[in-house]
Amino acid sequence: MSKKITIEPVTRVEGHGKVTIHMDAQGNIQQSRLHIVEFRGFERFVQGRPYWEAPVLVQRLCGICPVSHHLAAAKALDVIVGAGTGDGLTPTGEKMRRLMHYGQFFQSHALHFFHLSAPDFLFGVDGDPATRNIIGIALTNPELAVQGVMMRKFGQEIIRATAGKKIHGTGAIPGGINKNLSIEERDEFLKGADPLNADKMVSWAEEALDFFKKYYFANKDFVDNFSYFPSNHLSLVRKDGALDIYHGVLRAVDADGKKILHDVDYQDYDKYIEEEVRSWSYMKFPYLKEFGKEKGWYRVGPLARLNTADFIPTPLAQKEFEAYKALTNGKPNNHCLHMHYARLIETLHAAEMIRELLNDPDLLGDDLVIKGEKRKEGVGLIEAPRGTLFHHYRINDNDQIEMANLIVSTTNNNEPMNKAVNNVAKSVMTGKEVITEGMMNAVEVAIRAYDPCLSCATHALGKMPLELTFVGPDDQILDRKRSH
Amino acid sequence: MSNLIKFKIDGKECMAEAGKFIVDAAADNGIYIPTLCNMKGVKPKGACRICSVRINGRLMTSCTTPVADGMEIESNSTDIQDLRKSIIELLFVSGNHFCPACEKSGNCELQALAYRYQMMVPRYPYEFPMKPVDASSPRIIKDQNRCIFCKRCIKTIKDETGRSYFVFRNRGHKLEVVLDEEMGKTINSATAHLAMENCPVGSILVKEKGFDTPIGKRKYDKEPIGSDIKL
Repeated sequence: MSKKITIEPVTRVEGHGKVTIHMDAQGNIQQSRLHIVEFRGFERFVQGRPYWEAPVLVQRLCGICPVSHHLAAAKALDVIVGAGTGDGLTPTGEKMRRLMHYGQFFQSHALHFFHLSAPDFLFGVDGDPATRNIIGIALTNPELAVQGVMMRKFGQEIIRATAGKKIHGTGAIPGGINKNLSIEERDEFLKGADPLNADKMVSWAEEALDFFKKYYFANKDFVDNFSYFPSNHLSLVRKDGALDIYHGVLRAVDADGKKILHDVDYQDYDKYIEEEVRSWSYMKFPYLKEFGKEKGWYRVGPLARLNTADFIPTPLAQKEFEAYKALTNGKPNNHCLHMHYARLIETLHAAEMIRELLNDPDLLGDDLVIKGEKRKEGVGLIEAPRGTLFHHYRINDNDQIEMANLIVSTTNNNEPMNKAVNNVAKSVMTGKEVITEGMMNAVEVAIRAYDPCLSCATHALGKMPLELTFVGPDDQILDRKRSH
Repeated sequence: MSNLIKFKIDGKECMAEAGKFIVDAAADNGIYIPTLCNMKGVKPKGACRICSVRINGRLMTSCTTPVADGMEIESNSTDIQDLRKSIIELLFVSGNHFCPACEKSGNCELQALAYRYQMMVPRYPYEFPMKPVDASSPRIIKDQNRCIFCKRCIKTIKDETGRSYFVFRNRGHKLEVVLDEEMGKTINSATAHLAMENCPVGSILVKEKGFDTPIGKRKYDKEPIGSDIKL
C-alpha cells in the first residue's frame, strides 16, 4: 500500500511550510514536495499606496531580515526619484545603507547558525529533539549560546543606529538615508566594552567558523554527501567580480563554473528571469529564461554567492574563501551542507566590513539625499542573507504604485529546496518500515541549510509542533507522529 | 485679577479667568485633558468627545464648556479614562490606521493618544473601509480611510480670500472631507505642509515627503502627548 508522509509544520525555519513525501507499496519515494502554505499578498495591497511608503510597508514581510526588503525597495525607488541605479547616492547615503545591511547580515547569519542550525551539529541530526535546540545549547554549551545571542545583539544595534529601530526602521528613503551616524554611536561600536565592539565580533566570527570547520572535518563524509546535487548559482557581484551584497551586476554560473549570465544590469532582470506557478504551492519557481524551466533553475544564498564571486574584498574572509574554494578545486561548490560553511565565511566578511565602514568618516556626513529626474519604473536588487532579492515597482502619474513584483530569496531557492527534500527522503526513508523522528529531522536539516524564510515572517521558536502523517491511497490516516 | 474664579478638577483647587473653556483652564493649572478635534485659535465644536469630563453627574465636552465659579470637574476617574480609551479604539477600528507604514507615525495625535491610554488591541471589530485615496493634487494625498472628521483642515487651511481648501461632501455614512478639486491643483507647498501638520492623523499627506525625520526625532518619540502641559 502506498503512503503519503506529511511533515507539518517544518521547524526551526522562518515561516510556515510543510513537506509531503509519497511512498509506493515497496517503500520507494515517488515524489517529495515542500509546500508553502501561507499567502501574503503584498504585491497586491501596495498598489495605490504612495511610492515612498514602499520601503517601510514592504519590509513588514519579514521580522528577521526586514532590512533586505527595506533596502531593496529603497534602491528601486532611488531609480524612480532619479538618484541613479544603485551607485548614484551620496557617500553618506550609500555607506549608511551598507552599514545597515552588513549589520543585518551579521545578525541574521548568527541567528541562523547558533539558534537554528548548531543544535543539529552539536547533538546530531537524530539527537534527542527535547534538547536539540537553542535551550539545549544554553544548557550544555553556555558560552556558545551567549556568543550567538551577543553577535545577534551587535548586529541589531547597528541596525538601530542606522535605521532608527532594531526591527522595521525607516532609515532608507528614496534617494538616500534619513540620518547619519553620530560620533558617539560610532565610538560605541568601535570601542564599546567587550563583547559589544567590532574587534570582538570579528574574532567571534572567526571562532564560529573554526567551530564549524572542526565539525566538518570530523564528519566530512556526512557533510559532503548530504543532499549533494549539481545546480546553477546566481547572485549579485561587484563589477570587478568581488563579493558584494549591496550592489553590483547579476551573474550566474552553472555547476561547472561556466558563466551563464554575464554580469548584466539588474534593471533588465525580467529579460533573463521568469517565474513558473505550480498549483500545489503559493511560492513561485523562478528560472533563467534562456535555459527553460527544466534546466534554468538556480540556487541563491551563501553557497551561490561564493560560487559566483571571484574574491572577497576583506582579508580574513578572503583567506577563508581560498581554503573553502580549494575543497572543490576552485569549481562551484554543490554540497548542500557547505551552505553553513559559506554562511560563516560571509559572517566574518560582514564583521570585517562593519569595522571598515565604522572607520570611514563619510558615515558622519550631512549630505544624505540626492534626487534627479523622476522616472516611472525602477528595480532594486540586493543580496539578502538568504539570497538575491528582487523588488520592482511602477508608479502612475499621481505617484501611486500601480505594479509591484517581488522575487524573494527563498522563492529563488524553491526548486533547489524541493530537490534537497527529495534527495534526503530517498536516501534516509526508502524501504523503511518505520519513519523515525531522526529521519524527519534529516529532511528538515536539508531545508534548514537554505535558511528559508517561508513567509518572510517570524514565528515563535520551538513552539511549532512537527507533525508526520501516514496517509493511505484512499486518504485514510494510517498513523500519526507528533513532536514539539 | 478680578475675573479669576475658583473651581476644582479631580479635587484639586484651580483658578482661571471666567469664561475660559475647561480644557484651557485645566492646562493653565497644569492638568492635561486630551483633545483631538480641538485646536488653539479655532472655535471649538466638541466633535470627537475625547475631552469629555463629568460635571454635576453629566458628561460634557471640556473644549466647549466654559469653566464656572465653584465648578467641580471629574476628569481622571477610571470610567472617564476608559471612555476616552474606547473613543480612541473606535477611531482606530473605523479607519485604516496602519501606523507601521504611515508617514505621520511619531507625529500622529491619534497614535500618541493610543500610547498614552495604553491601547493594546481595540475591543471592537475592524471595519477595514475601502474608501478612495485621492492623489490627483500635485502636492497632497487625501486618504479617506484615515479621516476622523475633526474638521481641523476645513477650519484652518484657507486661501487668501478665506475659501477653505477642504470641504465636506455627501451626508450620513457617506460623509467625507475632500480636497477641493480645483483648489487642490494650485495649493502651494507651504499650505500643503500646514494641512498635513494640522491633520491630527495621517489622512493628509504631502507628496514625496516620506520618513525624512528619523525615528527618535519625531514629536512624540521622547515624551507622551500632553507632556508639555505642566505647571
